[in-house]
Amino acid sequence: MSTPVTELTPQDYKTEEHPIWCPGCGDFGVLSSLYNALAGLQIKPKDLVVVSGIGCSGRTPGFIKSYGFHSVHGRVLPVALGVKLANPSLTVIGAGGDGDGFAIGGGHIPHAARRNVDIAYLIMDNSTYGLTKGQYSPTSPTGFQAGSTPYGNIEQPLNPLAMLIGYGATFVGQGYSGKPKELTELITRAIEHKGFGFVNILSPCITFYNTYKVIPPKLQEVPKDHDVTNRAKAFALALQTDHVQLGVLYQTSLPTFEESVAQVIKKAQASGPPRLDEIFAEFS
Amino acid sequence: MVDYVFRVGGEGGEGVISTGEMLTTALARSGFEIYTFRTYPAEIKGGHANYQVRASGNLLLSYGASVDVLLAFNEEAYQKHYKDVRPGGVIVYDSDSYTPPSTDSLIFYGVPLTSLATEKVGIKLTKNIVALGFFSHFFDIPFATFEDLLKEKFGRKGEMVVQKNLLALKVGVEYAKSQQKRDQIHLGAGPRKTKELVLSGNESLALGAIAVGCRFYAGYPITPATDIMEFLAKELPKLGGFVVQTEDEIAAIGTVLGASFAGKKAMTATSGPGFSLMTEMMGLAVAAELPAVVVNVQRVGPSTGMPTKTEQGDLYLAVYGGHGNCPRIVMALTSVEDCFYGIMHAFNLAEQFQMPVVVLSDASLGHRKATVPVPDPSQVPVVERRKPSPEELRDYKRYRFTPDHISPMAIPGTEGGGYVAEGLEHDEIGYPAASNHEMHLRTTQKRYGKFHAVEAIANDLVRIYGNPHPEIGVIGWGATEGVIREAVQMAAEKGYSVGALHPKILYPQPLAKLKEFMEGTKAVIIPEVNFTGQFATLLRKRFAYDFIQFNKCIGLPFTPKEIFDKIEEVAAHVHASHRAHAARL
Repeated sequence: MSTPVTELTPQDYKTEEHPIWCPGCGDFGVLSSLYNALAGLQIKPKDLVVVSGIGCSGRTPGFIKSYGFHSVHGRVLPVALGVKLANPSLTVIGAGGDGDGFAIGGGHIPHAARRNVDIAYLIMDNSTYGLTKGQYSPTSPTGFQAGSTPYGNIEQPLNPLAMLIGYGATFVGQGYSGKPKELTELITRAIEHKGFGFVNILSPCITFYNTYKVIPPKLQEVPKDHDVTNRAKAFALALQTDHVQLGVLYQTSLPTFEESVAQVIKKAQASGPPRLDEIFAEFS
Repeated sequence: MVDYVFRVGGEGGEGVISTGEMLTTALARSGFEIYTFRTYPAEIKGGHANYQVRASGNLLLSYGASVDVLLAFNEEAYQKHYKDVRPGGVIVYDSDSYTPPSTDSLIFYGVPLTSLATEKVGIKLTKNIVALGFFSHFFDIPFATFEDLLKEKFGRKGEMVVQKNLLALKVGVEYAKSQQKRDQIHLGAGPRKTKELVLSGNESLALGAIAVGCRFYAGYPITPATDIMEFLAKELPKLGGFVVQTEDEIAAIGTVLGASFAGKKAMTATSGPGFSLMTEMMGLAVAAELPAVVVNVQRVGPSTGMPTKTEQGDLYLAVYGGHGNCPRIVMALTSVEDCFYGIMHAFNLAEQFQMPVVVLSDASLGHRKATVPVPDPSQVPVVERRKPSPEELRDYKRYRFTPDHISPMAIPGTEGGGYVAEGLEHDEIGYPAASNHEMHLRTTQKRYGKFHAVEAIANDLVRIYGNPHPEIGVIGWGATEGVIREAVQMAAEKGYSVGALHPKILYPQPLAKLKEFMEGTKAVIIPEVNFTGQFATLLRKRFAYDFIQFNKCIGLPFTPKEIFDKIEEVAAHVHASHRAHAARL
């Protein structure tokens, strides 16, 4: 008896847990694009691990039929690194927000990028701390007025795309939760990318920082003739902050961390794996 | 029976430690038991370093009391250590550097180490090897042992380097032949004929981790734990495993938890400052019920403290660090040999109970070398985590309530086992239950419920030395085991009714064994290398007993004599009050 090949549909990735997000939250768009991307790639739920930190984005693993790891604030990338190294055959997706990823967890990004661990890292960037009721975040604009900045934000916002290109990420893209078709395509490419696939997704917070009217006029597709392998041009594009660039800005091919680990193991095992007593003998 | 203490002192970075290590290996290979103690500056170059090795025909429990032979490379070494040399002991000094004032109570040999090395070998740095040659002839430590050691140590650097060092060794021997021996120190061949290993506590721990199946390590460099990472970085890839040096200690434990979630036996090792950073994720491991082994090779705190000096100051943090009701297992390693078996137990406990296990070592133990019998991993049968059966996977609940509070843990890749490892309070499935008050109580009970079984194991792992029902009890933990044991032997020989209890698991505590041991005691001393008596404080919460704290807080371990003196002092009090009590009757 042969097992019938059943095609996975976006519906197959939905869990019984209903998203706790506010109606109209951009994260719904991100989630449905992610369902579509997963179905498009036919990734088996048993071989998928979604890792998150804390914030509205942190709840994502609960809404995806797969293995998940809802860790602590800012630590998506170390946990994802451990999962991927333990079992490189798994598809590992990190889900975070601008606070989780760029503030408390910002110190992990350069290292994940330069190691080029093969995971997709999706940031749901709403430029505010939604779960703690709207304080300014690392990507809030100067002048942003909220609970902790009653006189307006006096800091410069961070440029996630320029930062990631600078850190040596091998895939850097940006999407918008309101353009699910393009976003699905972008997430698909990030997952397919061999190495660290970073996607910044503008995902408005309808309750504390409603940018649904501000963002669309600024959207601009990455030019068709843009050479994604040209890091300097990608950087120049990332610095054009008067517009919101959509699409892949930069992509290059480097050995992944797991591939390099496998090489080290191969080198160490050149003369065959040792027995414990052989290791003991080094200390006699 | 041979029982000598050698100490080498000099400028840090000039080969003091490597001289001590070569002497140690030579003595071990000659058939002696060895036990070392080293202290070195926090600076890479400069500052004072010293290395001590005790060699004996008997099992050694401590680094000894006084020094028999001091090798002083400079004046500072002489000034710092001559008071520790026993009357009639020997001082060998570099006469090119400094000549100490002679006294009748000590025997002095001046050896022009620097000029011998410069003129006869042509390399000033070989003065250490010249000294070893002198030792070999003068104290009768087999020359061939040193020869072999130099060939092994310098072989990779080429034949030229080997020959220069062998020449230095011979220069030392020749000089010794020209000197009149005025002491009685002779070693010759030791009594032990079987092969033993010379291991540091950190090396023994790393070997034990390999033996129990650890194949993943993530860590961040920190003294005095770094050599665990370096050892595993070399050995794990040979076994298909890997070591990641992460960007900080938070990432280290995060990576360990990710790897453990995905099915690997994983570990990190650090010292106080790194351990402080890890406490948040310790809580995550508790909430998500993930096995993890976290080693803390303690050093002096608070803050940066004294990075190369020893202390038992992190017990509170190990037991209570982190927010919320946060049960974890805390173990302490007691000796170089115990580092091997102790870490095996730690992994077994983590896997069996799906919770973090903190393993406390310290600078004195981690960097101490000792001869140990070739470890036998079969003494600690390996335990694996409980995985779901096919039936359980049909209706899989990751955090299912079970009679022993342990739930089957599915590994990613298992069909039907998908779940979210959850740091939010959650139900049996793993769904968030952040507003479910009853569920919080239920899951907290589940997590603490595992402690019943852990406590039974803790009782099994207690060790008792001397009189098991003593008048005067000593309760210690961690690396003080050897010195306490030696002090108890000394006291028993003097006729005191004294015994010592040493638990391996400090939290949850082996209450039954502690109670049994304390019954009938007139006094219980708790020696600790810290200021406030952290273990004594934990025990006071469980026992209405007037423990006598005995604390040492100068960055150095206890000596057996210090503990013996305390036992005598307490015994005198006990007997005096006993007489007073009898007189009142």
